[in-house]
Amino acid sequence: MTEKVAVKNLYKIFGPNPERAFKLLEDGSGKDDIHQETGLTVGVQDANFSVESGEIFVVMGLSGSGKSTLVRMLNRLIEPTRGEVFIDGDNVTGMNRKQLMELRRHTMSMVFQTFALMPHMSVLDNAAYGLNVAGVDKAKRDERALAALEQVGLDAYAGSYPEELSGGMQQRVGLARALAQDPSILLMDEAFSALDPLIRSEMQDELLKLQEQTERTVIFISHDLHEAIRIGDRIAIMEGGRIVQIGTPDDILKNPADQYVQAFFRGVDPTTVFSVGDVARKNQVTILRHKYAGPRAALERLQEEDREFAYVLSRGKHFQGVVSIDSLREAIEEGTKEDIGGIFMPDIEPVPVDTPLQEVLTVVRQYPCPVPVVDENDIYIGVVSKNRFLRTIEHGLAQSEEAIKAAQTAA
Amino acid sequence: MILDFDKHKIPLEKIIEQAVNWLVANYRPQFQAIKWPVEKTLNGIDGLLQIVPPIVIIAAIFLIAWRMASWKVGIFGVATFLLIGFLGFWEDAMTTLAMVISAVIFCVVVGIPMGVIAARSDRFASFIRPIMDAMQTTPAFVYLVPVVMLFSIGTVAGVIATIVFSMPPIIRLTNLGIRQVPSDVLEAAEAFGSTTNQILLKVQFPLAMPTIMAGLNQTIMLSLSMVVIAALIGAGGLGVPVFEGLNSLRVGLAAIGGLSIVLLAMVLDRITQSLGEPRRRAARGSK
Repeated sequence: MTEKVAVKNLYKIFGPNPERAFKLLEDGSGKDDIHQETGLTVGVQDANFSVESGEIFVVMGLSGSGKSTLVRMLNRLIEPTRGEVFIDGDNVTGMNRKQLMELRRHTMSMVFQTFALMPHMSVLDNAAYGLNVAGVDKAKRDERALAALEQVGLDAYAGSYPEELSGGMQQRVGLARALAQDPSILLMDEAFSALDPLIRSEMQDELLKLQEQTERTVIFISHDLHEAIRIGDRIAIMEGGRIVQIGTPDDILKNPADQYVQAFFRGVDPTTVFSVGDVARKNQVTILRHKYAGPRAALERLQEEDREFAYVLSRGKHFQGVVSIDSLREAIEEGTKEDIGGIFMPDIEPVPVDTPLQEVLTVVRQYPCPVPVVDENDIYIGVVSKNRFLRTIEHGLAQSEEAIKAAQTAA
Repeated sequence: MILDFDKHKIPLEKIIEQAVNWLVANYRPQFQAIKWPVEKTLNGIDGLLQIVPPIVIIAAIFLIAWRMASWKVGIFGVATFLLIGFLGFWEDAMTTLAMVISAVIFCVVVGIPMGVIAARSDRFASFIRPIMDAMQTTPAFVYLVPVVMLFSIGTVAGVIATIVFSMPPIIRLTNLGIRQVPSDVLEAAEAFGSTTNQILLKVQFPLAMPTIMAGLNQTIMLSLSMVVIAALIGAGGLGVPVFEGLNSLRVGLAAIGGLSIVLLAMVLDRITQSLGEPRRRAARGSK
């Protein structure tokens, strides 16, 4: 994975003669002190991070944490006061106007919280806007814009105007506008925050689906924790202009950097954060198909190991099926000598390893046996039992309680 | 202490006269340079309107009014011009129309760019604001004074006075219209790699258009009122019968002159009002 975006020592200080603040920052003054003394506002302070190509990087924080300012420094809608931004190794902060235009027209696109569509242009012209200013001729840009609208399911509305569309649809147009430029980087500034929860969820799915089709680097600003966990590969948490922690959702959940982060994550249902792969255990009896020696031998093995189920794997460790004590006993009684495949418990499907834990709740409940987990090559990884599932929730609740207590004593 | 105004007088009249004479003597080329384009435009348009047969002009009025407003306004326009013609004021009306059109052309050509600059620069905006306030508060015929001083009398001088008098609305409303464009739309335009000119032409102007058009409407109406007053300094047009009538107590003449002006004003207003309404009525209707 290559480093797509790199940010080094980035600062933004609002107000006249912002250099005055640096001396104070070096001396360790806080944001409020600096504002009182100089009237300057510290928007972003010493941001350092990099984003891998193809990842969805979420920048999270409360209002005023500096996240919107930070993302706007990446395409220089806001000029940094100090520090550097690199995209594909090129220094963005040093670019001249022409180079910056090229960057904005071809490499980086942005989606806005308030949609920011041009009210006087049709949906198609809106989607084609970036191509328009880049000088693409009408036929070509309409073609590409229409393709982008198809991707978000709005091609039928190409001739409509923004005022005729609902919020969710308008944001889809905003997304199409960004996609039409075929950028390698998408900046999304609270793109779904203005939508109602149902539509927001749909749009998140949409984004993940689009990401599957064409992998882009996405930098997503959000103040919604659940959104961040749902779509983020990694999360950066900001407070008061500083980046406080960067990590994967479960990194942060397991090891919050400070009480601010901990408090942020309190009340998070861990089943939304962890995937089955995080909790699966390899503690079941497994039978290799080519070594199968008949139902009696299998039954004996299960009784020896005091287990109810055995998981049958191919020579290459691919998951094939599950047999139970009962199904084996039946086979012995009926005297069938057929292949073990006839003794498999019906309708036991394995679950992919990266499935969020939350999504397998029903399956875990319904299956008579622990749910088998496989990786992307169908190779058996382990199982998730009801017990294990409940333990994870219990652990998560306990952590939240700790965090709440800690935050309360700190307050 | 008794203030004796008869004994002591400030010789301001003499001072101004000398100053103006000095200005005119030394800056003649500059004033001619200002007068020249106005004169050419005015003469061109006036010449055209006088030559074209009235029936053609009335038909054109109908079509324009119908296109821009409604057929009712078209009928009203036709009726007005027929009346003006049959009152014997056709040439005067054409001169007035030519004066208004010429003045508005210059107001637009100078005023809209100034409005754009004001929208971009807070400093410029606050610089011209008191100037425009003064321009709009000053009574119309007070304008005639400096104009006569510098450009002598006549129709051209009248148009120059009209240009200065009628410009503030279009400057103000262009400034306002552009500033009112939503900032997030501007941000998006910038984020997608627009140059400043592209933003102006593709985003700001289209969105500011209704407001700018409202400014144009006001400018046109002010122009009409001013060109009539310009008859005081020897300009032609419909002001002439009014002032002639007033001066020689020919009440009837003054009245029909005034009536013509009022009707003309109403027609122009109706036609140009529609400019100020947001476009895309078709799109609205399809909701």
